[in-house]
Amino acid sequence: MKKFTVAILVNNQFGVLNRVTSMFRRRQFNITSLTVSETESESFSRITIQSEGDEVKKEQLINQLYKLPDVCSIAELGSLDTVSRELLLIKVKNDPAARSDIRSASDAYEGKIVDYTKESIMIQMVGDSRKIDNFIDLMRDFEIMEICRTGIVTLQRGSTTIRRVTNL
Amino acid sequence: MKLSGSDIIVRTLIEQGVQVVFGYPGGQVINIYDSLYKYREELKHVLTAHEQGASHAADGYARATGQVGVVIATSGPGATNLVTGIATAYLDSVPLIAITGNVSNTVIGTDGFQEIDITGITLPITKHNYFIGSIEVLADTIREAFRLAKSGRPGPVLIDVPKDVQVAMYDYEPQPVVAADEVCAAKDIRIQQAAACINAAQRPFLYFGGGLITSGAQDELLQMAEIIDAPMGCSLMGISGVPTNHPRFLGMQGMHGHYACSMAMHHADVIIAMGARFNDRVTGNRAKFARTAKIVHIDIDGAELGKTVSPTHGLRGDVKKTLQKLLPLLEKSQHPEWQASIAKLREEEAAGLDCRDGMTPRNIITMLNRYLGENTPVATDVGQHQMWAAQYLNLKNSRRFISSGGLGTMGFGMGAAIGASMGTGERSVLVTGDGSFGMNLNELATAVANRVPLVILLLNNSVLGMVRQWQTLFFDKHYSNTVLTDRQTDFVQLAQAFGAQGSRALTLEELEASFDKAFACDGPYLIDCAIDKDEFVLPMLPPGGSMDDIIVRIGD
Repeated sequence: MKKFTVAILVNNQFGVLNRVTSMFRRRQFNITSLTVSETESESFSRITIQSEGDEVKKEQLINQLYKLPDVCSIAELGSLDTVSRELLLIKVKNDPAARSDIRSASDAYEGKIVDYTKESIMIQMVGDSRKIDNFIDLMRDFEIMEICRTGIVTLQRGSTTIRRVTNL
Repeated sequence: MKLSGSDIIVRTLIEQGVQVVFGYPGGQVINIYDSLYKYREELKHVLTAHEQGASHAADGYARATGQVGVVIATSGPGATNLVTGIATAYLDSVPLIAITGNVSNTVIGTDGFQEIDITGITLPITKHNYFIGSIEVLADTIREAFRLAKSGRPGPVLIDVPKDVQVAMYDYEPQPVVAADEVCAAKDIRIQQAAACINAAQRPFLYFGGGLITSGAQDELLQMAEIIDAPMGCSLMGISGVPTNHPRFLGMQGMHGHYACSMAMHHADVIIAMGARFNDRVTGNRAKFARTAKIVHIDIDGAELGKTVSPTHGLRGDVKKTLQKLLPLLEKSQHPEWQASIAKLREEEAAGLDCRDGMTPRNIITMLNRYLGENTPVATDVGQHQMWAAQYLNLKNSRRFISSGGLGTMGFGMGAAIGASMGTGERSVLVTGDGSFGMNLNELATAVANRVPLVILLLNNSVLGMVRQWQTLFFDKHYSNTVLTDRQTDFVQLAQAFGAQGSRALTLEELEASFDKAFACDGPYLIDCAIDKDEFVLPMLPPGGSMDDIIVRIGD
């Protein structure tokens, strides 16, 4: 199914994430990725959500988001004019027969080994979601012990900011 | 001026133009009730029998007046008892403010006595809600709540006020009544496209919901009907939006809608929908709904455009303002063929009307019509009686049909009828059934205590009629838990036990005598009106069916 990403600027108050995700749950919009953090202004938090569905579903989602009083601005982030990144931490078993292959793969993907023990190797990687997916796929040849990924953060290129996006 | 939090709550309500609040006291709102005592000359509080009744009363008050209804309840069970009332208001877009008490901020999160996370519970059934963490924001939050409740598509807002905030002292300065947000017409280009579509129509149909009433767009609608020579129909929530006997009005559409109305909508080539949301009770099987029609959909809530039915032209904007811009673009037209087929549909409908003598639903409601004043609000509960009321009531003015459409809340009517009467100063009527009435009949106490002129027309068939109708049609007459004959409730004695009056009507003559007394009574009067348990609401679209499957009569 087609995926799309929206960035949502919301009032920085407790419970606001719950209000947004509650709407997703209630109307059965699936969330495939979610990140939340404070922004350049402490009055606002930024929620980046990746969801899936057709054009109608996407419009519905954005319209429903606009009905939440705590939502200040919404930007639908197409892939062309944005920079999109995820951070991955992955822990694989440090098998002597495999460690050089793991290291080569990590190097090829510009990963960084951030922890190394007799039993395990932890690799940190930054990239867009497809790169992260591909790397995880590669690591399946070895024994993956644990994965943690942050979800997508996205900004538009150039001087455009979400605060300047006018409502629909 | 420094005031306590509870004083600030009451003063802010008065400042915002509230004249009546409904509620029930308790431990965590005792301070607010002390302030209500203090300001009792300026703000009337109506004590109900149960918080749910209070929430429906505030809702009925709001529906009948267009003002924001206000309800107050204590923490814990008081707050949870509001939930059905808040959800009812949410589904029907009624402006309502619910104020709940809660345990002190220091106790919040520890499962204190009567502590409940009511903002969490009501998250999906409010437009917005607030937990007041400190007194500094109290007055402004209440004002903001009023703005939200009445702006755009109205709805309920809940404010949860912990005890320590009610006790704390803070500055208070009165502010003017907050205005609802300015509403806009849809975009010009959209209006132009819609106008072209409507001007090309051969079989236009005007369809409106509760949003037409909220927007106050009746005049514009009637003008449009004349210009484009179109029939009109409405959803349950649209009833009373235009006078029932308007020559172009075909009545209600949908599962139990009027035959001519549903058929006309089915055959239209352009449907102009205003302030309606194409709920499943309206569309039946969506894939088969109005297959040949282009749909122009005007709604102030953009999320309604394309939610269930994809419109050809979606116009996001206030109905009244949008119609004001649309009207000059419409060409005066005549559709004699279309009008002829409408006339034929009306004849078919008339031929199929229930013409039996005696205590039939149609005869009962028709007799009630004779007693209704121009401005009598008629509330209903939910079930067969609600549909009969919707089908047969003859209403003249907007906001005079008070019914739970979206949530379908049995037990809504008693509170709503009380609130509607208090809001309008009119005698109100409740059309109810023995099932629904059984849910919140305790509010008879409220009606008696406040000498509310209220006629309760209880259509008593000793069954849960609507479910029974489905069981008859779709479940092989397995009347599972829908037969109430074992209850043996004497509703006339029950009314009398509450201090109200009442009488029983087994024939139309007795019913007439009962109405005579009821409409002369200065308090609540209950008419226990016997009907047969196997009366059906017809026509009926089977659930998931389309107009091709319409059931107009039941064969024996």
